[in-house]
Amino acid sequence: MDFFDRFAIPHPSLAIYASMVAIVLTVIAIVVGLTYFKKWGYLWREWLTTVDHKRIGIMYLISALLMLFRGGVDALMMRAQLAVPENTLLDAQHYNEVFTTHGVVMILFMAMPFIMALMNFVVPLQIGARDVAFPRLNALSFWLFFFGAMLFNISFVVGGSPDAGWTSYFPLAGNEFSTSVGTNYYMIAIQIAGIGTLMTGINFITTILKMRAPGMTLMKMPMFTWSSLIANVIIVFAFPVLTVALAMGTLDRLFGTHFFTTNNGGMDMLWANLFWVWGHPEVYILILPAFGIYSEVISTFARRNLYGYKSMVASMVIISLLSFLVWVHHFFTMGQGALTNSIFSITTMAIAVPTGVKIFNWLFTLYKGKIEITTPMLYALLFIPLFTIGGVTGVMLGMSAADYQYHNTMFLVAHFHMVIIPGVVFAMLAGLTYYWPKMFGFMLNERIGKITAWTIGISTLVAFMPMFFTGLDGQARRMYTYSESTGFGPLNMVSFVGAIGLAIGFILLVYNVYYSIRYASRDISADPWDARTLEWATHSPVPEYNFAIVPHVKSEEALWDAKKKRHILFQGNYEKIHMPNNSGVPFIMGSIFFIWGFALVFSLWPLAIIATIGILACMAHRSMEIDHGRYISVKEIEETETKLRGAK
Amino acid sequence: MFIRKKYYMIVMLACDLYHLQKIVYMFLPSKNLERGIDLKRFGALLTLVFTIITVLTGCESLLVLDPKGPQAEVQANDIKMSIYIMSFIVLVVFGLLAYMLIKYRASKQGKDYEPPHIEGNIVVEAICVGIPILIVAFLSFMSVKSNYAVESTPKGYENKKPLVVYATSSNWKWHFSYPEENIETVNYLYIPTNRPIEFKLYSHGPITSFWIPQLGGQKYAMADMVTTLHLAADVPGEYMGRNANFSGKGFAENTFNVKAMPQDEFEDWVKEVKGTAKPLTEQKFNELLEPGHLGQLTFTGTHLGFLPPPEGENGGHNHGSHNAKMGTEKNEASESILESEHNHH
Repeated sequence: MDFFDRFAIPHPSLAIYASMVAIVLTVIAIVVGLTYFKKWGYLWREWLTTVDHKRIGIMYLISALLMLFRGGVDALMMRAQLAVPENTLLDAQHYNEVFTTHGVVMILFMAMPFIMALMNFVVPLQIGARDVAFPRLNALSFWLFFFGAMLFNISFVVGGSPDAGWTSYFPLAGNEFSTSVGTNYYMIAIQIAGIGTLMTGINFITTILKMRAPGMTLMKMPMFTWSSLIANVIIVFAFPVLTVALAMGTLDRLFGTHFFTTNNGGMDMLWANLFWVWGHPEVYILILPAFGIYSEVISTFARRNLYGYKSMVASMVIISLLSFLVWVHHFFTMGQGALTNSIFSITTMAIAVPTGVKIFNWLFTLYKGKIEITTPMLYALLFIPLFTIGGVTGVMLGMSAADYQYHNTMFLVAHFHMVIIPGVVFAMLAGLTYYWPKMFGFMLNERIGKITAWTIGISTLVAFMPMFFTGLDGQARRMYTYSESTGFGPLNMVSFVGAIGLAIGFILLVYNVYYSIRYASRDISADPWDARTLEWATHSPVPEYNFAIVPHVKSEEALWDAKKKRHILFQGNYEKIHMPNNSGVPFIMGSIFFIWGFALVFSLWPLAIIATIGILACMAHRSMEIDHGRYISVKEIEETETKLRGAK
Repeated sequence: MFIRKKYYMIVMLACDLYHLQKIVYMFLPSKNLERGIDLKRFGALLTLVFTIITVLTGCESLLVLDPKGPQAEVQANDIKMSIYIMSFIVLVVFGLLAYMLIKYRASKQGKDYEPPHIEGNIVVEAICVGIPILIVAFLSFMSVKSNYAVESTPKGYENKKPLVVYATSSNWKWHFSYPEENIETVNYLYIPTNRPIEFKLYSHGPITSFWIPQLGGQKYAMADMVTTLHLAADVPGEYMGRNANFSGKGFAENTFNVKAMPQDEFEDWVKEVKGTAKPLTEQKFNELLEPGHLGQLTFTGTHLGFLPPPEGENGGHNHGSHNAKMGTEKNEASESILESEHNHH
């Protein structure tokens, strides 16, 4: 059967067959479970059709954690393969697939949704809004991300995973050298998720600019909101580049165009440029909201206002501008000459200045504080030293002549892991722990939380510090094996031990969730951390409408000043609240996008055309639909408020 | 031998952790000594930095920090200098963090202590901006200087006639064409010492990166542009060379051996090759291009004649050098390449 051959895995192994069985069993278990407990209706009404930013945030969070484990298993396989010389655990092809999916999953399907989770959940609460500006668009963003991620993840059981690296450089990623459908998955799955991200960017800029509570001027916004605003501005400028690059790549692969081929006028270097014109700002899309989380956490647990608010904002604005001026540093070695390299070398190192300002501001926030080391704070305090190591090695990489020696080596791998793990992942774990009570109405266990933080912190060092040395010793990245005579063995074994430590850390995190669901007290206040910003002024968990009365803000630490200076946040009486209606269209449209993407991956044109019509039909439906939302009556608000207050 | 050095490094790391802990304690004010528990934790962090520095000074054995040519030396010096400067910054940050955490822990404060509200201070922030700017300016100066150094004929070699070698990659091999000598090798490279080598890099397949860590940093070899890498070897010896840029299944084994030898030995070798090796035909070269791995091979003649490199008008990216049209005659072709290069440099 020719038709079905294309769905076969080109390089099957026992592990992949086992995964197929596991996936099928999991799906059956979920379907049976939902049916048995009669939860289909609940799932559809409360989650799949929701437009509530808090629920969308939680769905992002769950997806991000799932993807963290997918990408983490990839990482473990790689470190296990490299732990000893000439290992045969994975062959070259599998190793190539594993590091490709590890990179894509961790950056685009773990870190991004993790950021989105916190932004979705926190930003509207921090600015005293009832939801984001375009709630239904927000749901669509989520479902596009979700189905993009799912499409990418089925690649390893249907048709084969991409294997050209997460950077997917042409001509290696072109039809000539990547013959499986793997790279089609890469191009199309990321495209679908990327469109969702772009919509999020527009949505959040509008939300933050137009929906702040009365009195909250721009310079009174909490720092996380500031960082989200800037990150979303970067999204809006950077993601269209990715969209275009992926579209060109898709055309090259599916329709034989020559954008990135090396003959007929195509140019492979164009892909590298476009990829990194998006790729470098992407790093700051991830790190700025992470910086925002640290600002909130450090200020809360130093029991002090954030030092240098204005310079914090200014440094983020400067970072966002510079982030678009450094992309060439990803390929100093492409032969553009000393002048070009010098310019990009200087812009790259210049980013260290505003980043340094932020580090010093956090340190000075601790000054004269009353530092309480809770789990979120512990992550923040581990972040500062580890991120500093990652950051200064970044400056070293920015020196372009020296970069000829670091490029493509484990030194680089060590650097970006030392930046992204302490920078982004620790921040997300800090944010997760910090906002958990606001999301779910109980706290995660502090003792297990701190053990987790230490485990992850130390393991990060153990896993990645050795790579600086092996890199300088000539170990190139992405090598699936090395000979014993290279001497890379012992240090790679140390890395493997660190990777196991990280795995234990993340298992502890899951255990903490389980433990806390079972044993944690549900009787917590709205403000369990004694925090400073608006999101802690409403109940935990948060009612659908966020705030019964829209808060009036007078300072950048609205809640703190309400507590200490007796500012009055909530004035006036309950009024009926206008809320958006749920809608199934975003979910349906996301599903159709999934089918559309799948059809394109395998060049199933009739199906692709039908799916395209389906997508257009959904858009037409939305355009014609008359939906003015609904009102929550004063009586309902009173009942909810009494109930929530009574429970506390 | 190599591995033993690594173990030595790890042992040293362990020793350092022990000794430096004590040193850290010595430097801290005595009243803090009683608060040993906190100190242990943050002392450990400080220790780590010291460790990194000491280990690094002991890592001359790492390939990149053991240069055998002028370009690699420029790079190794940059790397070492930046490590020292960065270690200073790391120390400052770690020191400040340790200080804040030791002094301002809630457990060290009175129950009623209310932290003050402190806005940014213009002087403090000016220092936090000013010093990094100075450091970055210094590093930028170093970086620009080194850029021009590594992108031109190595210092001290300006007056010597460069040896031009076309290094081209195919899945997953390296082909070295010596147009002047009119010979070609696969997966091994012989070069004379004390003479600048001008590598002309391009690829018959995916992007690769030509890298001989002990002679100097890498550069890409691409299918639609010829890039130039200037290297030289000061010391005779055998060096590891590899493709550093992921290029598919056979990437890990995409390596080659480099042997640097005095000029007369090199000439003897060329003579020997010309006397013994078979000529490289177009058909043979196409066989070599087939994806896979090969051992070391030697030929007379080069592939540049029948498969001209992507430079000049049609390559379009080699920045102003005039079009080097290839003749069909091999000798003519290689001569014209040489000519064009000499005009260019």
